[in-house]
Amino acid sequence: MNKTGIGARVRRLEDDRLVHGRSRYVGDIKMPGMCDVAFLRSPLAHARIKAVNKPDGCGNRILCAEDLEGVRPIVAESTLPSYRTSEHWPLARDKVRFVGEPVAMAIGRNRAEAEDLLEEIDLRLEALPPVITPAVSMAEDATLVHDQWQDNMFLQLSVGQDPADARNNAEVVITREYRTARQVMNPMEGKGVVAWWDYRDGQLVVTTSTQVPHVIRNGLARCLGIDEALIRVIAPEVGGGFGYKCVLQPEEIAVAWLAWTRRKPFRWLEDRREHLTAGANTREHHYSLTAYADKRGRLLGMDAEVTVDVGAYSVWPFTAGLEAAQAGGNLPGPYDFREYRCQVNAPATNKPPFTPYRGVARPGVCFAMELTIDAIAREVGREPWEVRMENLVPADAMPYVNVTNKHYDSGDYPGSLMIAKDEIRFDEIRERQKTPEPDGRLIGVGFATYTEQSAHGSKVFAQWGLALIPGYDEARMKLTPDGGVEVRVGIQSIGQGLQTTLAQVASEILSIPVDRIRVLMGDTGTTPYSYGAFASRGIVMAGGAVSRAAEALSERIRIVAARPLGCAPEQVRLQDDRVQGPDGNSLSFAEVGRIWYLRPDELPEGDRHGGLEVTEAYRPKTDQGVFSYASHAVVVAVDPDTGKVELLDYVIVEDAGTVVNPMIVEGQTIGGAVQGIGSALFEEVTYDDQGQPLSSTLADYHLPGAAEAPHIRIQHTESPSPHTAHGIKGVGEGGAIAPGGAIVNAINDALAGLGVELNQIPATPERILKAVLSARAAKEKAS
Amino acid sequence: MKPVKFDYLPARDGAEAVRLLTEHGDEAKCIAGGQSLGPMLNLRLARPAVLVDLHRAEDLTGVEESRDAIVYGGAVRHADFEDGRVADAARGMLPFVASRIAYRAVRNRGTLGGSLSHADPAADWVCVMTGLGATYLLRGKKGVREVAAEDFIQAAFMTALGANEILAGVRVPRLSESARWGYYKFCKKVGEFSQATGVVVVDPERGYSRVLVGALDSPPVPLEPVAEALAEDGPDGALAVLDAAVDTALGDYPEVNRQLYKVAVRRALAQIGATR
Repeated sequence: MNKTGIGARVRRLEDDRLVHGRSRYVGDIKMPGMCDVAFLRSPLAHARIKAVNKPDGCGNRILCAEDLEGVRPIVAESTLPSYRTSEHWPLARDKVRFVGEPVAMAIGRNRAEAEDLLEEIDLRLEALPPVITPAVSMAEDATLVHDQWQDNMFLQLSVGQDPADARNNAEVVITREYRTARQVMNPMEGKGVVAWWDYRDGQLVVTTSTQVPHVIRNGLARCLGIDEALIRVIAPEVGGGFGYKCVLQPEEIAVAWLAWTRRKPFRWLEDRREHLTAGANTREHHYSLTAYADKRGRLLGMDAEVTVDVGAYSVWPFTAGLEAAQAGGNLPGPYDFREYRCQVNAPATNKPPFTPYRGVARPGVCFAMELTIDAIAREVGREPWEVRMENLVPADAMPYVNVTNKHYDSGDYPGSLMIAKDEIRFDEIRERQKTPEPDGRLIGVGFATYTEQSAHGSKVFAQWGLALIPGYDEARMKLTPDGGVEVRVGIQSIGQGLQTTLAQVASEILSIPVDRIRVLMGDTGTTPYSYGAFASRGIVMAGGAVSRAAEALSERIRIVAARPLGCAPEQVRLQDDRVQGPDGNSLSFAEVGRIWYLRPDELPEGDRHGGLEVTEAYRPKTDQGVFSYASHAVVVAVDPDTGKVELLDYVIVEDAGTVVNPMIVEGQTIGGAVQGIGSALFEEVTYDDQGQPLSSTLADYHLPGAAEAPHIRIQHTESPSPHTAHGIKGVGEGGAIAPGGAIVNAINDALAGLGVELNQIPATPERILKAVLSARAAKEKAS
Repeated sequence: MKPVKFDYLPARDGAEAVRLLTEHGDEAKCIAGGQSLGPMLNLRLARPAVLVDLHRAEDLTGVEESRDAIVYGGAVRHADFEDGRVADAARGMLPFVASRIAYRAVRNRGTLGGSLSHADPAADWVCVMTGLGATYLLRGKKGVREVAAEDFIQAAFMTALGANEILAGVRVPRLSESARWGYYKFCKKVGEFSQATGVVVVDPERGYSRVLVGALDSPPVPLEPVAEALAEDGPDGALAVLDAAVDTALGDYPEVNRQLYKVAVRRALAQIGATR
């Protein structure tokens, strides 16, 4: 077996530089003459701009919308029929539509000086009634967020058919409302951009903290109105993306415009306060749902309405419709039932523009679906795991096409739940619950099972109506003269270890160990096109492209090696870091490189070899995406006196098809799960009735820390995908999907005796305590 | 999020700090550990033209021990208590409390005097020093005056510090051998500000008993009936009158909050048996 190929527990090649603080982020870049930019942001949620008055003599150091000549707004078209587009200007024109929207920018020798200048601007606003919630947005005669629209809806869709048979035949009907909070993604590194003019190449160079450098280049060319050839986008080390950095940012356009027009370096770095206010852009869903089942808890059908609070503008290229459309399509999850209808609403509000966050819609739908399954179980008097087993798509039904036409490619969903149940020692927990805890806390156990559609293909994205449809990814690969390998990919590492895993894929085919394989990424000037890192697509799409490129490079290597080895190219094998002929004779890769680059005189005259550098594109056999899946099981202790929840045990049984590097999958899973724990228990942006965010520092917006993260125990199973290179599936988002469902199910299990059922996250101590106190009051009243 | 421009003036000792404050008047502000003022500067909520730094002032970083009390300099850091670099007047209570203030990074820089002067009602020292009956030493132009802890904090973020005064030291009476204490705070997560704090100190030898509820909208509130019951009947007696005392003292607070305050004091009382 290849010690550094697919499946090997290779230590991450990235970690040495990252843990020693040696890498280079946008904030580490220093350039002579570089100026800092600061943005004046709207203090109101909704207002008409009457004037932006600059102080005397500051004309060229303070800019507002009309100064940005030639700039075009961000407009994300969608192919979905009812979809409305918005115009999002990098600096607001006419109206401001959320607290934190950039209105003007100031330029200083440093950030403090730029901020001093901002204080000199006299911004005149005429307040308009803020549209703060979907209910306000969707009300008759609502104030319009976009004046030229007839109502506030970005998108309304109806998925599926009226579940009439299910309704008529149901023995059990469960109706619930579920809510998930607005969140901030909080990568350790916020957004940041440095732009300058490169005189030698004649290019505007935009170094930006992004997941999608090639896509940002497409977007900048549109919004600046200049040729793509004039723009080079570089993503340096990126300190976390999570979706926050997969869209074109207004600040990127504004700073790029400065460098383009003034031919000087400019920088902007997002600070945490900007992030917590203008970046409050994700996760907020509302579900109104009725499930129909028989008396065993077998699901017959579901009738749902999902409303996503998508904020003021449509992000590019993902649109304001992606989240809602995905929610409507993914709500049925891993379950087998045949009648489904979902009304999907995406109303505009005066909040920051909704941006897809790790898990995209699925943390919400998983929360709604998994709580519904538990509610059915309580109603029919069975264990929640039994009702899950009753409804999960069975292994022998694979491949399976579900009620929303999702093609589940492979896996054993019930099997994963059974492993989770055993690992969490379910029977012992039920036993333990029979005796009161000495500290008075209440113990509960909860499950959640989900599918994670990963590496969606172009047809799937087209269904969601994206402005730009991802499909192929490309990789370029070169054997160097000394027998090493350079891999160039347009995808970007945002902390997920792609330099390691892509090297492992190349190593698998070439037999060269990963320490001689350099993976270079994140630069439109040096890498082939990629849509970038999002949607758990990296290892499938770029991994597939690297696999293809390695095969193609192997072909070229065989041709060069055939003559010195005295055999036909097809007889040459790459094995054990050698280029081997049929008779036991072999060459090192360095010898092959030497012959091709340095001693071509040893090759036959007139040979038409294409060289030892290749570029290959890859797209999986199907465009439907491939489905990873997992079951989460958690044991909680709830303090009924304070509402505080402690996670006592946490088990994840995940299946990501063929695993390239188990340690990286574990790291991704744990990291995602901790973010999911944040959604479940802590993270929430609240607004007052004027649309002012009330959590503008980390003292008010609580993220889970080391003390809140339990020891997460992970089990792998491997069900390779029939559709992808090596059977790999994506797994980057999965961990974040299930914690909300699993944890609240466990809390509800713990509090069942008190008559408490929570249907909202985060399950904060205050929410739990209120529910406990009002259940207690209701009981006292009844008795 | 960068501060407005300011001048930075480190003070060699308390007297120099007072002189610098006097010289620069309203434009000057003291900084010690900077754990509260730092973010306020960055958010431009605080905009002093001059910062007088106390954290290296020699007479503010020391400790003076006497038979009945220990005086801690205002610039002694939380971590100094946590790590035992300064003596503990309260039979384990001070290191116990210090080790639970925010995060280690905050404790490495944050100071006793800084926290008390900032006067956030949810701050640990604000509650604990009141519970212990500490006396604050305020240095001004005319020398040092003494103010009892409960008189120092006047309202949230308001203290008895006069213009050009600094909190130079805190005198904490030594607990006697038979003394018991309890401290419980409810935080949403480790390191966050308390939402409900209970402080209990009972020292029969000195005839001292105090029970406080803290992390309110205002300074900590003594629960006198509970303290009396504790002195006379022990923790069980105190528990019996606790709920009524909290309901009386905090009648304006919503039920959920009152519940948390009751729990915090109840759990602090429960520690009485365990501490020594």
